[in-house]
This record gives sequence, C-alpha cells and structure tokens, in this order.
Amino acid sequence: MLKLGVPSKGRLMDKTFQWFGSRGIALRKSGSEREYAGEVEGVDGVELVLLSAGEIPRELAAGRIQLGVTGSDLVREKLVNWENVVREMAPMGFGGADLIIAVPQAWVDVDTLDDLDAAAAAFRARHGHRLRIATKYHRLVRDFLRQAGVADYALVDSQGATEGTVKNETAEAIADITSTGETLRANGLKVLSDGLIHASQATLFRTSRAEWTGEQRQIWKALERQLGL
Amino acid sequence: MTPETLIAVLAEADRLRDGFAARGALVVQTDVLQPAGTLLDLYGEDIRGRSYLTSDPVQGEMVLRPDFTVPVVQMHMASHALPARYTYAGKVFRKQDQDPSRANEFVQVGFEVFDGSNPAKADAEVFAAIRDGLGDLPLRAATGDIGILMAAVAGLRTSQPRKDALARHIWRPRRFRTLLDRFGGRSPVPPSRAALLGADDPFAAAGPEIGLRSRREVEARIATLRTDAATPPISREELALLDTLMGLRETSDHVLSRLRDIAVDMPAIGPAVTRLRARLDALDALGVDVSALEFEGSYGRTTLEYYDGFVFGFYAADPLMPPVATGGRYDALTARLGDGAAVPAVGGVIRPDLVLALRGAV
Repeated sequence: MLKLGVPSKGRLMDKTFQWFGSRGIALRKSGSEREYAGEVEGVDGVELVLLSAGEIPRELAAGRIQLGVTGSDLVREKLVNWENVVREMAPMGFGGADLIIAVPQAWVDVDTLDDLDAAAAAFRARHGHRLRIATKYHRLVRDFLRQAGVADYALVDSQGATEGTVKNETAEAIADITSTGETLRANGLKVLSDGLIHASQATLFRTSRAEWTGEQRQIWKALERQLGL
Repeated sequence: MTPETLIAVLAEADRLRDGFAARGALVVQTDVLQPAGTLLDLYGEDIRGRSYLTSDPVQGEMVLRPDFTVPVVQMHMASHALPARYTYAGKVFRKQDQDPSRANEFVQVGFEVFDGSNPAKADAEVFAAIRDGLGDLPLRAATGDIGILMAAVAGLRTSQPRKDALARHIWRPRRFRTLLDRFGGRSPVPPSRAALLGADDPFAAAGPEIGLRSRREVEARIATLRTDAATPPISREELALLDTLMGLRETSDHVLSRLRDIAVDMPAIGPAVTRLRARLDALDALGVDVSALEFEGSYGRTTLEYYDGFVFGFYAADPLMPPVATGGRYDALTARLGDGAAVPAVGGVIRPDLVLALRGAV
C-alpha cells in the first residue's frame, strides 16, 4: 500500500482531485463532507489520506505517507535538508504563489536588497532596534537574507494578516506569500525587485524509495506510468 | 553521546579548566537559560536561527546559552575588576539545521582575558594557553587579524558613509565584495536608483506613509544616495591593495614584510601592522614558532561578527571536523555591552569532546 496525502479542503484539494482525474485516477472524499477519509479509483494499492497542507511535509518526513501533494514552499520551510528527505515528482501547475519581501511604497529609496540592507542599518542606528520583518517562513527568509548579506534586521513571527503588521507598527517590512500582489498594494506595500525568495506551486512529492517494500515499488511503477511522469 | 562519553568529556573539561585556573583565571559559571533580548540584538538572525528559544512566563523570551562570552562579559562589566582572567566549562546549545550531523549541544572550556595594559601580550597569552591545553595533538593553527582590514577600510580615500558601509560588512564577504564593486565603479548603478535620483519629485508615486520608518528617514537616505552618486569611485590602486590584503596567505614572519610593503601605499594600516608585529614578538617569547604559524588575510571573516582584532583557530586534518579550538579579540563587543565603556578583551574556547575524539579516547 502507498499512502497519498492530499490537502483536506478548499481549492488545493479540488485542483488536486482534478489533476489526478485528468490522468485517469479518481480521488474522492468518502462518506460525509466532514469525514477526512478518501477513495481512489483507477490504480491499485494507493490509499488516499486527507491532511492539512501544512502537515504533509512532516508526515512525508516521518514516513507515515509515501506520496504527498503540498506547496513547494512548505516543504522547503519545514524540512531540514529537504532534498535528502523527499523528491519532487511533478510540479502540478496550480496553487502558484511567490514568497517575496515587501516594504512600504512610501520607501521610495528602497527597491533592492542592497537598499533594504542600507535602510536597516540607518533604521537600527536611529530607532535602537533592528528593522523587523514579519513572516511565518522563518527558515526560508533567514537563509535568503543571509546569502544576500543583509544585516541589522530581525524576524518577527506573524501567522496571519501579515500585510497589516506594517500599518500596525509591529514590523517595518514583511516576507509573505502573494499570488497577485493585490493585498500588498491595498496595504500600501510593494515587492522588492530582487526580493523573490521562492516561486511556489502545488507539487507531488514522494519519500525516498530506499525505505519502501517491493510491493510499494510495484505500485509506484504503475502509478508513475498512469500519471505519465 | 553515551553517558560514559559525557562523563569522560566533562572530566577532560575539568582538566582543561584547571589548567586555565593555574594560569591565574578565576573559575566562573553562568546560567544555562539566558535572557534572549541582549543576545539576539547583538548577534542577529544568524544566531537566532541556531538558538533554542523558549519563553518564561515572568522573564519573557529566554535562550539556552549559545556561548559563554556574552554572560561572562556582562559578569565582568558588573564587577569592574581589572585586570581579570576567567575560565569556565559547560554546555552550549546550537541548532544544526544546515548540517544535522554536527552536535547540537557540546561542552566548551574557555579562557578570557580582560587586560588593556598590553594587548599584544594578552593575545599571545590566550593563544599560548589554548595551545598548551591542546598539548601535542596533531593540529594546524590558523590565524588572522580583522583589525588590519578594519584599518584599511577606515583609511580609504573615500566618503565616510562608504567606509561605514564597508566596515559593517567585513564579516559578510559577499556583500563586502558587492559594495566594493559598486563604490569602485566596477558594477553599474541599479536602474531603480538612477531613476530615483533623476526624478523631479521622488515621492510622486509614494503610497501612504505607514510604519515606523518616517518620510524624514527616507529623505535622509536619498540625500546620502545623492552625495554618493557625486563621490568619485574608490581608486583602482586602493581596490588592488584591499584585494592583496584579503588574499594574503603566508607564514606569519613573511606576512609581516608583505604588510610593510602594502603599508607604504596604505599608511592607514601602519599602526595595525605594528600591533601584529608586537603580537608576533609576544608569541615568540612564549615559544610559538611564528615562522611556521599560518596567517590568512580573510581569516575570521565568516565567523561571529564580534571578533575585531586577532583571530585564531586550531584544526584537525579531517576537514569535516569543526575547529577544536577558536578565539580572538572582541573589544567592540565589550563597548556595546558596557554602554560605550569598552574593556579590551581577548579569549578562546576548546571543545573537550573533539580533543578526546582526536586522542582516540572515546
């Protein structure tokens, strides 16, 4: 048996079902709408597990599921050395969103990471604390800024409504997911021209086959053929 | 780590600490849980990402100590005793999310000297104490001097804001290089900056003023950018001298003559070279063979930001093994922790677990 983890609700779930459906594999929720169990038709030996998209990376890493659909940003944020833990099998062409760094539009002097770094130095000298960047993607943002050599900032945790933190003066800048940038603009923010941290989309991941049984490998071969990977 | 190994490591730590105490150091201890604010403000996100943070209902955000230096400096600043020597042994904690094979908790044994009477002698004293603690293990010592690069930057014939920007990024070699290319006219002005400086009204498209960074701060930066655009590039000669400095890799006796040559064209490094010479003399007096001691112009630039003078490390042949001992001078850190009241300070730490591993004892 191969366990396939799929986001348990909303557009991500619907689009995932469509993606598999168009490749001859029908996924559906079983029983009532509220039940998180599923059925698979069109390939043998695959069991559908409905999970929160945010939990799928951890479940893959723990080996409790062998296949999973989730955002490529979540895998990179949540799994240490993610390339050693899971493989990207197929970018699925939906759920696209960019993890970016955004600053107030009023900062007409800041367009690049170079500017952000200079502004952070002056800000810290003047205000006595580091320039705060609100995010929930701590590892991705920190790695990105370290590689770019940006200093004098501090990350502050924001698990929701991140675009509002600047107006509320709990942060000076943000690092967040955006698809159209509309919410950013509505909140008086703009994206740095070199501030794209990761272009994310829904992706089919699998765990390393070294841990799999012979039966699981057989099922995967059939599934791979069916999906045209 | 097995209980037996940990017991052996702690015994080795005691032995090393006793050795430092025999050199006149006072044995000190610090809390494992430290208030996070000071440490994180000082070290920034790199260390925050590697620190175990936790919250205390009364004391707020706390951190499992990532090293002893800050609490020991704070302890010293509170006592005002001078000169002072301290030694300590205990566990420090660092997440290893880049390399999970490295230990996330390990024992450090440290020796710290707060004595401004003769910095060269204090540098040599710490180096020799660490060397003696390590005994005859087959280790390679690497040394450097951040102070020479700082002096070179301070002496550049360019504007103060440029020198400040470079000095701030000495510990981030890539950004330092980017800034040098920009200030040296070797990379083009970013289009958005050219547009900003060419605009009749830079604020024409500015959105609502939100957040703590005010319009006045934005205007101040634009003024800085305008001045910078009118400042001539750093000369090719100076850029070449900096490249030579950063690329130096020689034994210490040779490096001294190379640096004297560079100082002819870059007199600002003169005093730092004199200090290096005094340090080498002091090392020689303590029996260190300086003709075999490696010096690297960029050594210490990728470690913690607080070293600002002499830096050193002891390495095993295995390139995957972390350095067995490291240390350096951190005068600026004491200034920041002491509200401007700096105390010249130099120190080093040994990892007893690696010492035992190299001896084949565990």
